[in-house]
Amino acid sequence: MPKIVLLVGTRKGCFLLESDGDRRDWKVGGPYCESWPVYHAVHDPATGAVYAAAASEWHGSAIWRSPDLGRTWEHSSEGLAYEDGGLKLSKVSSVAAAHGRVLVGAEGAGLFESRDGGETFSLLSTLEGQPGRDDWNDPAKQPPGHLGLSAIIPHPDGPDRFFVIVQGYSLFETTDGGKTWAPRNRGLRADWPRDYEEIGFCVHKLVMSPVDHDRLYQQNHVGMHRSDDAGKSWTEITEGLPTEFGFAAAVHPHDRDTFYVVPLDPGHGRTMPEGKAAVWRTRDAGASWQRLSDGLPQEGAHLGVLREGMANDSLDSPGFYFGTSTGQVFASTDEGESWTEIASYLPAISSVEVAVVE
Amino acid sequence: VAEVHLPTTLPPLFPGLTRRQEVGASTVAEAIDELDARWPGLRDRLCEPGPALRPHINVYVDRERAELGTPISAGSRVDVIAAISGG
Repeated sequence: MPKIVLLVGTRKGCFLLESDGDRRDWKVGGPYCESWPVYHAVHDPATGAVYAAAASEWHGSAIWRSPDLGRTWEHSSEGLAYEDGGLKLSKVSSVAAAHGRVLVGAEGAGLFESRDGGETFSLLSTLEGQPGRDDWNDPAKQPPGHLGLSAIIPHPDGPDRFFVIVQGYSLFETTDGGKTWAPRNRGLRADWPRDYEEIGFCVHKLVMSPVDHDRLYQQNHVGMHRSDDAGKSWTEITEGLPTEFGFAAAVHPHDRDTFYVVPLDPGHGRTMPEGKAAVWRTRDAGASWQRLSDGLPQEGAHLGVLREGMANDSLDSPGFYFGTSTGQVFASTDEGESWTEIASYLPAISSVEVAVVE
Repeated sequence: VAEVHLPTTLPPLFPGLTRRQEVGASTVAEAIDELDARWPGLRDRLCEPGPALRPHINVYVDRERAELGTPISAGSRVDVIAAISGG
């Protein structure tokens, strides 16, 4: 029976939650990474390693790595820096492991890669020449807690094709390993003035269907959107949801039409509407939505879930998981019909990812 | 030889590192370089590109606020402090 390990990045370190394939009883390990703020932690199924993007207020940014699911850890920031006088690296905010390398996103917005399992890094791209680049790297134009290059979405096709998100500006795709980039925002909405036709869209989270790589979903600052052509165009699917705002999203591992989101109040509260916790699911690619709240608190529950805060495993009966700004982790093993609180008192959660370990 | 006192947050990051270290350096920067040679990566935890001390890392040489270029003499005491801040 496989072991399921949740990788939970928090404001005070990384935690690992372990269970067997039944996913009923969970053991919490941590805090790891010396309780540095962890923005994102991922598992590389090819090597078994865990990588955590962390940034200490005192000691700077590093990628922490554990080859043995949390028993031992090392850290490195060798090469994780911009040349003096150029961009300033305030934090590493996203990490991905695929096709034999580790990709790291940073603020100021840049992409680094490691080909030696996270021991050393080299700069791959700062999206030179893209419209809006001067703006997104201008501290005067950034929101508090800016993440820069906030997400990296590998593509199963190979190492040269992947997506990145520059917070507040754009989804980009490269097909040549980061040498050139194409904005992928056509059809998205923006409720604010933009200086460029194809840039200026606030993409929060992108997920790709594992059974149809052209089928993408995104939670945007304004609305839910679906693409059926690998991001070349987008169709809004917000209708039926309680709010257009949210951060997290998860896609069903076996069904291209089923997808989960956590709508939040817009404005600066960014918690679940009316203090009633719920995940919303579509089974028809966004034509209709169901509110799922069995087992979730329905009174005084002002929970937030951030952009990397929801994930799923890939078992035949998949598990879905989300972590909150108030330190709870909830799990469902029945497609979201019911939820169980599997951790209650963690620090504020930034990210949740899943490792299925045979 | 000068004596360097490191913040409590540093030893857990580098196996074998203790808070009190002896260095033969003649500046704060050289002292950090010397420690980085013994524990690769240590400089990054105290300095950012420039190089400059990280914003919340303060260094004192013989109780006087110091920068990377501040001289150290034999018998100096160098205190590296992680600023008391945060939550």
